[in-house]
Amino acid sequence: MEEKEFTAASFYRFLDRKKLMGSKCKECETLFLPPRPFCGQCSGNEVEWFQFSGRGKLVSFSVVRVGTTSYEEKGYSRDNPYCWGVVQLDEGPRISALLLGADLSRPDSIKTGQPLKVVFPDKPEEGGERNPVTFRVR
Amino acid sequence: MVQRRKKLARGVAMIGAGMSHFGAFKEKDSRDLFVEAFQSTLETVQKGIDPREIEAIYVGNLSSDCFEGQAHIAPLMAEWVGLNPRPATRTEDACASSGVALREGIIAVASGLYDIVLVSGVEVMNKLTTARVTDTLAAAADALYEVSVGATFPSLYAQIATAHMVKYGTTEEQFMKIAIKNHDNGALNPKAHFNVSIRDIMNSRLAKAKERGQPIPSWTDEMEFLKDPTANPMVAWPMKLFDCSPITDGAACAILVSEEIARNFTDTLIQIIGTGQASDAQALHGRKDITSLNAAKFAAEQAYEMAGVTPGDIQLAEVHDCFTIAEVLATEDLGFFKPGEGAKAAEEGRTARDGKKPVNPSGGLKAKGHPVGATGVGQVVEIWEQMSGHAGPRQVPGVNLALTHNVGASGSTVVVHIFERR
Repeated sequence: MEEKEFTAASFYRFLDRKKLMGSKCKECETLFLPPRPFCGQCSGNEVEWFQFSGRGKLVSFSVVRVGTTSYEEKGYSRDNPYCWGVVQLDEGPRISALLLGADLSRPDSIKTGQPLKVVFPDKPEEGGERNPVTFRVR
Repeated sequence: MVQRRKKLARGVAMIGAGMSHFGAFKEKDSRDLFVEAFQSTLETVQKGIDPREIEAIYVGNLSSDCFEGQAHIAPLMAEWVGLNPRPATRTEDACASSGVALREGIIAVASGLYDIVLVSGVEVMNKLTTARVTDTLAAAADALYEVSVGATFPSLYAQIATAHMVKYGTTEEQFMKIAIKNHDNGALNPKAHFNVSIRDIMNSRLAKAKERGQPIPSWTDEMEFLKDPTANPMVAWPMKLFDCSPITDGAACAILVSEEIARNFTDTLIQIIGTGQASDAQALHGRKDITSLNAAKFAAEQAYEMAGVTPGDIQLAEVHDCFTIAEVLATEDLGFFKPGEGAKAAEEGRTARDGKKPVNPSGGLKAKGHPVGATGVGQVVEIWEQMSGHAGPRQVPGVNLALTHNVGASGSTVVVHIFERR
């Protein structure tokens, strides 16, 4: 695990193996999610992998009815919207995630602060697109 | 960290500014709109200028590469207005591209390297379908970690809106009031993309329904119109169609000169007395708080300090209302209103043209239009027209101190400028 570079490629490979991995500065112990190779807090060069629990809460969200081409190609549309949000992990850092399990027909029913848990969708076929970071309402 | 008070090495003045019409022009390319903006700018220089006196050109542009299949746009724009072989530089900081071009021009003149420069911006977006425009703009977010989860620009600002609503009780109705105000202003701006009020849009739809013998909607005012999802569909909850700025083509230019030669060109001296720029995490999740833009606060602080003025002194502002929530944030981050009170202030009419703090008298990005790379200098054109008394029916009287606020993406770049009429 330690040999992997602190890159998005590594982050997404870990995600495929059902691990939400960030980095931790060995100097000042700041956590980074997604991982980075350089600590912007203390300018430390030494970081190590850190596995997040995958538990967090919803900071904000939006229900998207006009999506990107890539999401429209996945079948999302005005009548079949998707929801993404900003999630705060229990360990502190935040990450953007596709949000499952919320009632998208009633955005008012989705509450910020509500507890969430990371989920790992099955990996798409070889050579397919990377799975996005995905959380589900707990 | 000890910081010396930042100041310009010498004074910089604006002697003219102009823009093309903003709109959707299927038969026009960047160079056509740029020429239109340039010609219109030359006409505004009171005592005239020989364009060959311009020594350098700065062009803000987000993505002519994707929008038009044309990279390296700065020398091309210079060529079409006869400014080769002068140095031509493109600046790209998403929707703040030409606000940054303005700042680079100011720094160049203040340094003493040049006495006269052209700062500008251009964007032609309507060559692509709406879906491809959505993708091209989304690239200004964090491609690896935001676009991957389906982020679009309406949905990024929707996150900010949702957080603001939860923290301060801001409402969707308050956002609608901002759209109505900006369209009312745009209706008085002959170069605006939407040179029409929301009431007039509503009335023309009613007339059309009647003419076609279709069922006539029951709207009696703009608020009823905006609350009807058939008229104002959801784009990314809670942002609806009329919360979003349009997909616009346009160009804008301004001519900057050193203060000592400004009177050779004009008797109305409009000096740029403050400039500020700041950056922030590209992704919303990289920020501790998303109910304000930290970069806007930092950029404003620099500009106010350099100018030696306070938010209360500013008489008029053009701010970056790419979405209605963005205008709320702007008026709070700039210190016009306390955090959480921006939407209420707009609702009470305090930011209307005849209010205490007129915001976006041009119609803003919402109604004037948002040709992304041209927006920053487009804002400056309104400041020019207001300060030189050429704003026609939307003229706010006696503006001596004004401000522009130009945001890149969801707030990872913000540029603020302060102008004084002397």
